Amino acid sequence: MTVAVSRREFLKASAALGGGFVLEFRYPLASAAAAGAAVTEVNAWIVIHPDDRVVIRIARSEMGQGSFTALAQLVAEELDCDWAKVSAEFASPNEHFRRNRIWGSMSTGGSQGVRASQDYVRKAGASARAMLIAAAAARWQVPATSCTANAGVITHGATGRTLRYGEVAADAAKLAPPREVRLRDPKDWKIAGTSVHRLDIPDKVQGKPVFAVDVALPGMLHASIAQCPVFGGKVASVDAGGAEKMRGVKKIVREEYFVAVVADSWWRAHQALKQLKIEWDDGGNGNASNETIAALLRGGLADAELPRARTVGDAPAAIAAAATVVEAEYQSPYLNHATMEPQTCTAWFKPDGSLEVWTATQNGEASMAAAAAAAGLPLLKVEVHKMMLGGGFGRRGGPQDFVTQGVAIAKALPGVPVKMMWSREEDMQHGFYRPASIVRLKAGLDAAGKLVAMHTRIACPSILKVLLPQMMKRDGIDFTAVRSFDDMPYAVPNQQVDYAMRNGHVPVGFWRAPGQQNAFYRECFIDELAHAAGKDPVAYRLAMLKEGDKNRRVLAAVAQAAGWDDAPPPGIHRGVALADGFGSFAATVAEVSVSAAGAPKVERIVVAIDSGYVVNPDTCRAQAESNVLFGLGSILYQENNVKDGRIVESNFHDFRLPRLAEMPRVETILVPSGGFWGGHGEPAILPLAPAVCNAIFAATGKRIRSLPLSHHDLRKA
Amino acid sequence: MPELIVNGRTHTVDVEPDMPLLWVLREHLGLFGTKYGCGISLCGACTVHVDGAPVRSCTLPVSAAVGKEIVTIEGLSKGGLHRIQQAWIEHEVPQCGYCQSGMIMAAAALLAKHPQPTDADIDAAMTNLCRCGTYARVRTALHALAATPVLPADKRS
Repeated sequence: MTVAVSRREFLKASAALGGGFVLEFRYPLASAAAAGAAVTEVNAWIVIHPDDRVVIRIARSEMGQGSFTALAQLVAEELDCDWAKVSAEFASPNEHFRRNRIWGSMSTGGSQGVRASQDYVRKAGASARAMLIAAAAARWQVPATSCTANAGVITHGATGRTLRYGEVAADAAKLAPPREVRLRDPKDWKIAGTSVHRLDIPDKVQGKPVFAVDVALPGMLHASIAQCPVFGGKVASVDAGGAEKMRGVKKIVREEYFVAVVADSWWRAHQALKQLKIEWDDGGNGNASNETIAALLRGGLADAELPRARTVGDAPAAIAAAATVVEAEYQSPYLNHATMEPQTCTAWFKPDGSLEVWTATQNGEASMAAAAAAAGLPLLKVEVHKMMLGGGFGRRGGPQDFVTQGVAIAKALPGVPVKMMWSREEDMQHGFYRPASIVRLKAGLDAAGKLVAMHTRIACPSILKVLLPQMMKRDGIDFTAVRSFDDMPYAVPNQQVDYAMRNGHVPVGFWRAPGQQNAFYRECFIDELAHAAGKDPVAYRLAMLKEGDKNRRVLAAVAQAAGWDDAPPPGIHRGVALADGFGSFAATVAEVSVSAAGAPKVERIVVAIDSGYVVNPDTCRAQAESNVLFGLGSILYQENNVKDGRIVESNFHDFRLPRLAEMPRVETILVPSGGFWGGHGEPAILPLAPAVCNAIFAATGKRIRSLPLSHHDLRKA
Repeated sequence: MPELIVNGRTHTVDVEPDMPLLWVLREHLGLFGTKYGCGISLCGACTVHVDGAPVRSCTLPVSAAVGKEIVTIEGLSKGGLHRIQQAWIEHEVPQCGYCQSGMIMAAAALLAKHPQPTDADIDAAMTNLCRCGTYARVRTALHALAATPVLPADKRS
């Protein structure tokens, strides 16, 4: 490869790349230089030490999904360094803005961590590799094309001379990056595509302070917070009730929407918080309940004219003419994310007029913006330190309420770092919930049982309307509310999807695989149709999927791996479902048993996933296991009910998380077919609930059209 | 003022007798490995050993721990990684990792009592809550540990 080395060419190349990602002209890190360290930033993503250690910068957040390691693998693959010498660190959000958003997007949601950044991080690795080779070639005064690099060592083929990356990094960094780089064919990968150990795990098993709740600063105080239990309400009055005199209490902070107690320990702050007598103005929402929310949604379903998310053929007419009509109504409750680490933010207004924030965020840029807005400071006066997340699941990306609050509290104590942590009760009752929704489905089958028309009416609050209005589609359609219906892969000649956006007062948010309830509705309903047609559920689906559709591959793969065509063991019943989303294709076979007393147990889950490419197979399997467990609780018993305008559930006694004994066997079949990049953080949850509920039908003859299962009597009739 | 023996060292802490041990560990002794998750002994993120038994420190008043041997995740191994920590790395058990200090402490207590636990033993002892879905790997790692001889140097906790 010829390396462009002139400054002019570099500038041209940068201009050609346009907005967004620009390979950085390098310079040594200011802080490292000041410390006398000879580390070199070869480009924004890659820092190399003289002893060949490589530090790879990661822009996306790490919440257990493994992107921190997978992205480092992709960079290291193209850099061709020694993986044993690689570590990773989060890119600084402040520096990110100072350098014109050089690290691309920091948003970590939608299973996009790897798939949306793979192209530019691989190019960063390849570019740095070319610069390192060029630097060695220059030192030897030979053409770069006569040199190769492997595992951090550059070799001049003709003479066998070698130089290590650490020896030429400083020279390489002075070169302009190449105009173009060629990325490796994934079939040639050596580091990517393998199950290297995750980089973040050693610290985590030792209890090292990597989380936002673990931040400790000199003189730091702690805050516990109470928000109006009724969504949309605010503080009417606060009677300290002697709390201000309790041991360790430093300040009571009253804001429009919350009250916080600041003390020298979180426990003391929280004890004092419980002493406060707070009167709330409920904002007119004090009468909202499950019933008023259901009525709101049903009102939407009853509207004669609704915005259309999809129109193919004429579904109502085809249904009217169909040999058989099947109708069903499905519904789902609100659901909290319940991250194990409650929402947390440490903020410190420093004497120099800047603000530092430490938080668990799925989007460092959004945290910067929220902190700057709450502080009333210019963006570049703020630094956000991204900590490891004790769970994310979509709670900590779009909404930055915890940052806004943490900064507001610290603003009342300038010069003093304050760590705000929510209690579990606060966290349970102030989420951005998976929307509750009701869906009416109507299908027409021809005389042979073939699905010829489907009419779907969806009543569901919009996540995007509040959190990301710029992503709303035409005509008031929120894709997260209509997914799996507006993009249904089945070849059905007549389809209509109506969307009634009914928002209510409960905040809604991106709960792992936003819109996943629709896959439950659709795939259970398809099972109903297969049953009505007297067809095998796998065969019925395959007959509706076009040749070449990747959904076919995963369905066939999971059926084979699960032994679908063989009888299940005694007492075991099977269900199947498929769904695509987040760039990938997934199909699941669930095996369940139901006791004589009607207790369901999910025994085995087989899930096949086609994500195009697989960067770390073990991490992908771990994500499938994670999706199963996360979905399982919502299938079995989780729900957030609304009464008197507030969430009823308050902790893990009434919002149960499954325990180890309830974990089914999970068999993950990775069938990457290449040519596209799909995600792994969310796809496997999509077909889970319908596969389980279809298995429950096989076991009991009872159709499950609402979750959780705890509301259903599953004893055999 | 209560005297606490934590990870083999004695500390004098100036705290209320009803302050839960969790907050003494985290905010007075700077041992952040032990986590708050629910505050009502349900999730087990705060699990430590008190005289060898797994205890949920979020509801244990510090006064009840005085004079007892308290071991936290930071003290699980006297040097280097404990075999359970090594197994957790080998089997890639943690995801977000937040519950894992408590999970590992519960696992250590289980193995101390049942060096070769059955699935039923594991089900009964490992009641810590994990939101990420690490349970299958916890089970795998425990069985792998049961199949591995314990070296004298590992004998602790």
